Amino acid sequence: MRFERRANVPWALAVSAPFAAVGAALALSAALIIAAGVNPLWAYLEMLRGALGSRLAVTEMLTRAVPLILTGLAAAVAFRARFWNIGGEGQFYIGALAVAWVGHDLISGLPSAIGIAVLLVVGMAAGALLLSGPAYLRLRYGVDEVVTTLLMNFVVILFVGLMIEGPLRDPLAFGWPQSVPVDGTYRLPDLIPKTRLHIGLLIAVAVAGVVWLIFARTVFGTEARAAGFNARAAEFAGVSLPRTVIGVALLSGGLAGLAGTIEVMGVTGGVTTTMSPGFGYAGIVVAMLAALHPAGVVAAAVFVATIFVGADAMSRATGVPSFIADVIVALALLTMLAALFFSSYRIRR
Amino acid sequence: MIESLDLLFSASLWAAVLRIATPLIFGVLGVLLCERAGVLNLGIEGIMTMGAMIGWLTVFLGADLWTGILVAAVAGALIGLLHALLTVPLGLSQHVSGLGITLFASALAYYLYRLIVTVGESPPTIDPFRPLDFPILSEVAFLGPVFFSQTAPTYLALALVAVMAYVLTRTPLGLAIRMTGENPHTVESQGLDPTLIRIGCVMAGSALMALGGAFLTTAAFNSFFPGMVQGRGWICIALVVFASWRPGKALLGALLFAFFDAYQLRLQAVVEGVPYQLFLMAPYLLSIVALILVARRAQVPAALMIPYRRGER
Repeated sequence: MRFERRANVPWALAVSAPFAAVGAALALSAALIIAAGVNPLWAYLEMLRGALGSRLAVTEMLTRAVPLILTGLAAAVAFRARFWNIGGEGQFYIGALAVAWVGHDLISGLPSAIGIAVLLVVGMAAGALLLSGPAYLRLRYGVDEVVTTLLMNFVVILFVGLMIEGPLRDPLAFGWPQSVPVDGTYRLPDLIPKTRLHIGLLIAVAVAGVVWLIFARTVFGTEARAAGFNARAAEFAGVSLPRTVIGVALLSGGLAGLAGTIEVMGVTGGVTTTMSPGFGYAGIVVAMLAALHPAGVVAAAVFVATIFVGADAMSRATGVPSFIADVIVALALLTMLAALFFSSYRIRR
Repeated sequence: MIESLDLLFSASLWAAVLRIATPLIFGVLGVLLCERAGVLNLGIEGIMTMGAMIGWLTVFLGADLWTGILVAAVAGALIGLLHALLTVPLGLSQHVSGLGITLFASALAYYLYRLIVTVGESPPTIDPFRPLDFPILSEVAFLGPVFFSQTAPTYLALALVAVMAYVLTRTPLGLAIRMTGENPHTVESQGLDPTLIRIGCVMAGSALMALGGAFLTTAAFNSFFPGMVQGRGWICIALVVFASWRPGKALLGALLFAFFDAYQLRLQAVVEGVPYQLFLMAPYLLSIVALILVARRAQVPAALMIPYRRGER
């Protein structure tokens, strides 16, 4: 028995791969739910109800999907070019911290729309700047970016802690340390009144469109894809690898930074060290479930958000620990990886 | 200033260095074994978390400490098998599979912990490994508390460094493992199966990683809590690069790192006016600096991260 690469992957197979992967992940997780003494069908039904069962639930789920779309895009952009940015979590936090700092009182007096635009750029710049470090170290010294981006996540969270207990501490917040909030003028308007859903959703979806355009229609996008597919062949064809790596890093870091920025401006107002339940890491799963395609990222982010929001409600109703959400999502990543393999290879005897 | 220098001569600092280094030594040996055979294992962070949880849980449910250690190793090997199956026969991205393993193993560990253990005000505890007490030796000034008052797993870790060095450089098995990491085709031509060697190394390496995690909950602390591995796995990945994939240097790297960690902890108490987060950041930043220093002359196993398929070049 041996594996043979398919010359081209049939369309139907490529589209059904994520569904097969999610189905397998849910089936495997069912065993763990049974171990908790709960009927998995009931648990999954409660999960669906918790995430999609009411208007409020849907808006909560979509609110959760916004940062996931952006961190998912960040991972997709980087992985396409085989630049392993695992630092989405750190870039998320640095983007969040940057807008809390700039948006609190540094740019007071600007009209709302301009202020919001400025802050979005500031957050992106912060994330891009953070990732340019590991990109530079890889190009200049050949240091593997996996380890540096991972380690930077810990450094950034400590830095955030330092800032929100020190210079950026909100004197009005009681209990847990929190940063000063972004000026109310620059908060993102609600998309649906009386819910937490904000126009960040539209921004995130638009950004997905832009990323798709960049990758499908620009020279830079083509070069980045070529570098990911076969770096040596790309270089032979005249693609400048250093320039591509830097470009990809700036874009990827900027997207993850934007995720943190929008979360602060749309939902939390200020920064805490616990504001992300692993958005950066979950973004990797989102990107993989989407097979690194920007349009797929939006759908995958909605799926992951459904699992996370649904699991909380399900946990309250059934008593199954809500960590099951993390198990399902992680399993979906592994099964997706296997599904990608079986859709791009065929078995020959 | 004087106080911070005085710290360097305290036996308790150096005893702490060995204690802090122990989980890193296990982890670093695990990474080294996987990578010497040509497989990157980013599952380490999750495997350590699972080892920490399951080792502790086994003891909590009534088994003795060594059984806990053994169960952790077996659990580690099983998770390693999953990573190996995805990356070796299927040849899938070792980066993505490893990260998936980390997410999966940590989530599973937390889930099972919540399911089985009722957590009240504070996490439940077990009776952990006690420091050994050697007659006479433990009484020697300075050397006694540093070298002869550690817990048993620390001595196991140190012994494993020697075993790993010996096996890798002095035995036919070690030669086959190193060859698999450099050029699997030559292994095939010797009539050996590189696929099996890689799977075996990833399983054994993952078992070692899990031991590192189990040390945290059965010797360094006496309870399990989410997030307790705190990036130790990622630091092990960095340390192996720093060590140029050699067991002896890996031990040195782990001790060096542990020294900085132990020292910054004590400095925090002495130096005033500096936010504690800066001290906590230091070990991570130092790891990055170490990587930069050695990156240019690192001797990476030639076939690291390159999947092997029979008959394909």
